[in-house]
Amino acid sequence: MAGAVVPAIRIQREDFDVAAEIAGLTKGRADIGAVVTFSGLCRDEQGALSALELEHYPGMAEAEIGRIAAQALERWPLQGLTVIHRHGKIAPGENIVLVVAASSHRQAAFEAANFLMDYLKSRAPFWKKEHLADGTQGGWVEAKEADDEAADRWKTSGR
Amino acid sequence: MRLIYFAWVRERIGKPEEDVELPSGIETVGDLLRWLKSRGEEYENALQYPDVIRVAINQEHVGHREKIAGAREIALFPPMTGG
Repeated sequence: MAGAVVPAIRIQREDFDVAAEIAGLTKGRADIGAVVTFSGLCRDEQGALSALELEHYPGMAEAEIGRIAAQALERWPLQGLTVIHRHGKIAPGENIVLVVAASSHRQAAFEAANFLMDYLKSRAPFWKKEHLADGTQGGWVEAKEADDEAADRWKTSGR
Repeated sequence: MRLIYFAWVRERIGKPEEDVELPSGIETVGDLLRWLKSRGEEYENALQYPDVIRVAINQEHVGHREKIAGAREIALFPPMTGG
């Protein structure tokens, strides 16, 4: 059955509605026993940040998230998968990213959502630039080695 | 061949994309980075530490040893910070 699941992948400027996205996966179905959602939000960094500006590589962003989603579907028995990543200027408190993973049982849904986020962070072509609360433009957010390590751990565990 | 730049690579080079004619002898991604770096101060500045530059050929991640023959579009960018 897993092969029949087509992930919904959207790269968009607009916000998303988490409840509506869950409903979109579960509506009219009685076989889903677990839905895990992860939402990533913009932090204000103790008031220092006025916005994050997310640059992305159009075309590749969709393609790369599609490849990551295909790996998740191969690895866990999912019944539905939605990934939304926003771009453009995003204010503190607003949503940036959403992963919704649906499965019969919770473990697959938890693990798949976790895997997707670890891979999105280190492989999806998005870059964050800071806008500071004092009106100046901050720098580009630096990639964290911990994020690469988080993605790498999936290579050795669970196979 | 089209080159596309993102984030601080784009800012330092000073343009989002360009079409280039590669001189002969440029076979791998690593060769391309070395050649680009020699094209002027802005490229030198962007590609000062080539090891940190991530590269995609035709919208797929590749390593620096990858051959570039047949590439339509090569993108250069810093490590990604989405999610």
